[in-house]
Amino acid sequence: MSDIKYLPGKEPHPSEHRLIFKNIDREGWDTSIDTYIADGGYEQLKKAITMEPSAITNEVKASGLRGRGGAGFPTGVKWGFIPPNNTKPVYLICNADESEPGTFKDRYILHQDPHQLIEGMVISAFAVGAKVAFIYIREEFPEAALTIERAIEEARAKSLVGKDILGSGFDLEIWVHRGAAAYICGEETGLIESLEGKRPYPRIKPPYFPAALGLYMAPTIVNNVESLCHVKHIIEMGGAEYAKLGVERNTGTRILCVSGDVKNPGYYEVQVGKVTMGELLNDICGGPKDGRSFKAVIPGGSSSKILRCEEVFKIGKGEDAKDLAFWDIQMDFDTLAACGTMAGSGGVIVLDDSRKMSWVLNNINHFYAHESCGQCTPCREGNGWMKKISDRIVNGLAAPEDIQTLEDVAYQIDGKTICAFGEASSWPVEAIISKFRDELTAETSEDNQRLSKEQLQREAYLTK
Amino acid sequence: MSQDILENSVTSQPSSGDKNFKPFEASAEIEALADERIAHYPVSKLSAVLPLLHIVQHHFGFISKESITWVAEKLEIEKIKVLSVVTFYPAFRQSAPGKFHYRVCRTLSCAMAGSHELMDKICEITNIDRSKLSHHHPIVVSPCGNYSVEFAECLASCGSAPACLVNDDFHDNVGPEKAQALIDQYSV
Ligand SMILES: Cc1cc2nc3c(=O)[nH]c(=O)nc-3n(C[C@H](O)[C@H](O)[C@H](O)COP(=O)(O)O)c2cc1C
Ligand code: SF4
Ligand code: FES
Repeated sequence: MSDIKYLPGKEPHPSEHRLIFKNIDREGWDTSIDTYIADGGYEQLKKAITMEPSAITNEVKASGLRGRGGAGFPTGVKWGFIPPNNTKPVYLICNADESEPGTFKDRYILHQDPHQLIEGMVISAFAVGAKVAFIYIREEFPEAALTIERAIEEARAKSLVGKDILGSGFDLEIWVHRGAAAYICGEETGLIESLEGKRPYPRIKPPYFPAALGLYMAPTIVNNVESLCHVKHIIEMGGAEYAKLGVERNTGTRILCVSGDVKNPGYYEVQVGKVTMGELLNDICGGPKDGRSFKAVIPGGSSSKILRCEEVFKIGKGEDAKDLAFWDIQMDFDTLAACGTMAGSGGVIVLDDSRKMSWVLNNINHFYAHESCGQCTPCREGNGWMKKISDRIVNGLAAPEDIQTLEDVAYQIDGKTICAFGEASSWPVEAIISKFRDELTAETSEDNQRLSKEQLQREAYLTK
Repeated sequence: MSQDILENSVTSQPSSGDKNFKPFEASAEIEALADERIAHYPVSKLSAVLPLLHIVQHHFGFISKESITWVAEKLEIEKIKVLSVVTFYPAFRQSAPGKFHYRVCRTLSCAMAGSHELMDKICEITNIDRSKLSHHHPIVVSPCGNYSVEFAECLASCGSAPACLVNDDFHDNVGPEKAQALIDQYSV
């Protein structure tokens, strides 16, 4: 890998371990199949179709790969949920909706390395027995949709997609299906409804997994773009070898997307859990902007609970219990969960001391109020209310008891809805209130008139 | 009565952007594009609703009453099924945008990098009155019909914020100071 050169200014940080992003910003790289094949591309597909499908699933299980779309569910286990006596067609869906605020990784794979995704998908489809696969791509990626369709045609011309792939007898069609700018289409059952041509109303559970009943009421595997790319590398390395990357139960590499108030925002592919929050923010991202200090971090997309930089967390139980400072948090699924938040989609949003929490909260509330699909009353109404209350706070029109009302509304959404959007929209509110209650309360007043017109004008952009 | 409601919901409002687009027509080219897409979904033609609406909007700028009827007939489904999709998904518009449609990211990382100020500057330069904006009319078109604006939600480019789409072209690192350049690039 040492002969790989990257575009000037786009070189990976020395702490990175590039597997999935090996070809991103690579010098001399383009999206053509010839470039990909000249670099060893599609060799893993050739290997995989000589294997037993169940052996591929076993390698993925052994790898410990956990989904990179948000929930961190073990991919191999999910594949195992297809009913053994199934007689219906099986579908594979690649979730390329990438719309969790703070997340920007799938975009680069889709635009710069489409064949890696296609190779990962063909291997995965072979493993789960799917003959039809869809790539559900968000509408705001028009160029990527074209790039992927071109790449599929190139692969078809070389018998890597389509009928009788490489003479193996295995058929697979891959179709690109464009969304239409609705975040809820990222939720897997909403996505399936959308693919069926309907409003993307998430389905009532059970069934808990589309692997049992999904698209057209047939077994369906939904995986994130990045997860499907990892499958290719698992075949290349072998599950056991792959599992040596990262830490126990949190294996492999993952792409952390850092945005907001750091010197060097961007995407960094690291071994899961091998980098701490401090190393990520201070070493890899170059620390805070000049004259600023870090205040808080949203670690896994806007739905994850915010962490204050001076927090110390109680980790573990009984004998193993210990204190863990914010800076020492290992960036993996289990450690972030133990800190009361989640690794989610890998979107790390950093806030420095210039940011007002009311403003951050309000921006987030507007997102969720706009994106609720409207099926469940707590989510539809609650997100509208939370937006209105936080509008009042940033406009200086809130009374102190509004903070309590806001918190009450959040807890009446959390856990009471059809899909996880309920938690996704209420967790940020719950966490920001519990961790910044004083700051928020200081922005309220008994007469509901804290800010003058001039002050409001000044604060209009909620920036410094 | 219910027929009237349906009629009213599918009828497009007049827009200064109307001059940018030819009226919907199911030409042989459009039919062929649609048939190709429909073939991707042998199990259920209904699945082709979004792809067909994308074809319509790409060629005719917005989803007109006539195009809703065409999609419904093409897929052998009720018009209301097409309309329910059009009205749910923010990407579909029922009246004409400007020749250049600006979608500026509204969400957190972009907002921190000045995307709201960028939006205000774009409106200032193009004479767009954003007070006309409402939940039901998220798009505002300039009086000349050449430009229109809309806030988008996180465009998955937060690390190079602010981000913005102009028609199908993607731009990142477009701070408010780049507003003029972003307009000049698309002058009519
Ligand atoms: C509200 C909501 C939005 C979601 N958005 C996305 C998304 O944009 N991309 C994605 O891959 N997964 C998203 N997910 C997670 C998917 O439902 C699903 O778990 C995931 O695609 C499974 O793939 P994985 O196991 O490979 O992670 C979302 C979930 C929820 C509840
Ligand atoms: S929780 Fe919200 S987004 Fe999910 S189904 Fe209910 S209303 Fe829709
Ligand atoms: S917040 Fe604008 S691209 Fe993500």
